[in-house]
Amino acid sequence: MSKKTVTIKAFRFNAETDYLPYYKKYEMEVGKDELILDLLNRIKWEHDGSFSYRRSCRHGICGACGIKVNGKATLACKQNAMELVELFGDELVFEPQSKKRAVKDMIIDKGDFWEKHAAVKPFVEAEIDPHPTSETIMSKEQVENFLDADYCIQCGACHYACPVIEVNEDYLGPAAFAAAYRFTVDPRDDAGKERLKTTAELGSGVWDCVKCFECAEACPKDVNPIEKITKLHNMQFEQGVAKRNVATKHAEGFVRSIKKFGYLDEQDIVLYSEGLGVVKHLSEAFKMIKAGKVHPFDIAKKKMPRSKNLDEIKKLIEISQKNEL
Amino acid sequence: MSQLKYALYTGCTARESTPELLSSTLAVAKKLGIEIVLLDEASCCGASHLQDFDEFLSLVLNARNICYAEKLGLPMITICNTCQLNTVMTKERLDNDPEMKAKVNEKLAEVGLEYKGTSTVRHFLYALIDDYGLENIREKVEVPLSHFNIAPFYGCHNLRPSHIHYKHNAPLAPNSEIGEGGGESAIQEVELMEKYTHESPYAPTSLDSLIEALEGKSVDYESKNKCCGFHVDLQAPETSNALSGTALLDAIDNNADLMVTPCPLCQLNMDLKQESAGKQLGRDIELPVLHMPQMVALALGCSKEEIGLKFNVTKATDLI
Repeated sequence: MSKKTVTIKAFRFNAETDYLPYYKKYEMEVGKDELILDLLNRIKWEHDGSFSYRRSCRHGICGACGIKVNGKATLACKQNAMELVELFGDELVFEPQSKKRAVKDMIIDKGDFWEKHAAVKPFVEAEIDPHPTSETIMSKEQVENFLDADYCIQCGACHYACPVIEVNEDYLGPAAFAAAYRFTVDPRDDAGKERLKTTAELGSGVWDCVKCFECAEACPKDVNPIEKITKLHNMQFEQGVAKRNVATKHAEGFVRSIKKFGYLDEQDIVLYSEGLGVVKHLSEAFKMIKAGKVHPFDIAKKKMPRSKNLDEIKKLIEISQKNEL
Repeated sequence: MSQLKYALYTGCTARESTPELLSSTLAVAKKLGIEIVLLDEASCCGASHLQDFDEFLSLVLNARNICYAEKLGLPMITICNTCQLNTVMTKERLDNDPEMKAKVNEKLAEVGLEYKGTSTVRHFLYALIDDYGLENIREKVEVPLSHFNIAPFYGCHNLRPSHIHYKHNAPLAPNSEIGEGGGESAIQEVELMEKYTHESPYAPTSLDSLIEALEGKSVDYESKNKCCGFHVDLQAPETSNALSGTALLDAIDNNADLMVTPCPLCQLNMDLKQESAGKQLGRDIELPVLHMPQMVALALGCSKEEIGLKFNVTKATDLI
């Protein structure tokens, strides 16, 4: 009674022999307790022994069986199949985490993931006394600071859900950032500043995050990588690692605007952040003037709207601001 | 229906480079008999960038904005996805973390304010759909959009993270207490399907059903729940162009006549950067991009001035 007929459309590709990938359909009765991993197994065991995917622990801890189902990042051994049928209907599309990295069916070349993960020193770096006389004691708060980040199983779900990874090959990505955060706030570690510098670089670091929250949504262990990315941003300023550049000035420039107007001065923030680089925005500025969005004379006259009770805002900034650039 | 009344947090964009967003929002509210009180005291939400610089300061400023809705005793609505998310993330934090709430209130007390957590904060899109109702909107349509294929572009911050969305953008369940929070812990404790009931980040429907209620044809395309790249436009324009351009081309390739979005930051990026995105991707891009309230105003027969299509950068004036 509780079974349902489901069609699985699986991505098939063998990089050694196939010119192009293709999709193959498998119909099966799915029970209410079956996992996506069970369905992967059944394709292999009941339909086609050559169907390939990674699997190992079946307990949501090894991170091998990450795939995408109808575009949703999924850890196959943790995800109930019926839940996804309820969400997407009775055709489930199984695809590798990244189609352009496909080696065979669900198996991808995860080399870029491991390389970027390694780049942030994902381990505690410390001078350890080989003959310690006492334990290193950590407070509850210190542990809680990195506990959720420590749940990461390197499955790659967030990394291959991140749109920046697809368009910027230098970008380290959400899993590497979550790891960088995890070890930087570990009280035993000495490499924090170095990690903060690595992740502060323009092009590869946290400033290139588009804030899409795909990583938070994708993570099967609720690591919430973007929350850690925000913390890394703040730590750059707290620990004096932040350099003045277009991205840091953009972040800090918000305070400058809000203090003056309550609102963000949309023209000033571009000018202030870019400096001379502002010339590259001229064609857009002309388009905005042409559409009447921006009035060239307003720029000179500074006809900015102002929040009511602006004094309150100024005072709150004065007494609450903690960071400086 | 008892009269709906909201405190509107406009955000910065509606007061500056997208005046058409504010005028069309107010026009739609007027047509539907929704009462709007403008939160003129509110400041910028920080748009996630202030949050990167000084998280505590962003909590204080956003809490102050919510205070003004609370003082009016009204639910707050937003017309920008990024304002929505940054405001509810503040609300979530303060409603769940009494220590942080006390620290923030200590600062607010200096200007005679107190954050209590008594106002809900939702995007206007969901107020229209869940409070006013699609059927009631359908009845008010004067100019059906039946000759348009409309590509809905949802914008990240209304969809993700779902553990925040389901708690704040969904209508309040009966008996639940405003300000109880719970979204932060929901990331671990709430079942997937419950988080996705109101709007699934992988298969969203709200904007599609609004388009259909206005008798338009909604375009199904892969990029509708993807990111436009706005937030890195200054430091990484190539990333931003690649993302916005890909989504626009996806809509065009699926026969869209226009695109519509509830987020003015998506709208600005997708409307203004078509030429540079097209250059980078090697294809011509031309597609009018409307704000969600502009589309509704169009169907409700609001005036040309109110809809404000002349402010759209990619020519949209022909749509009337």
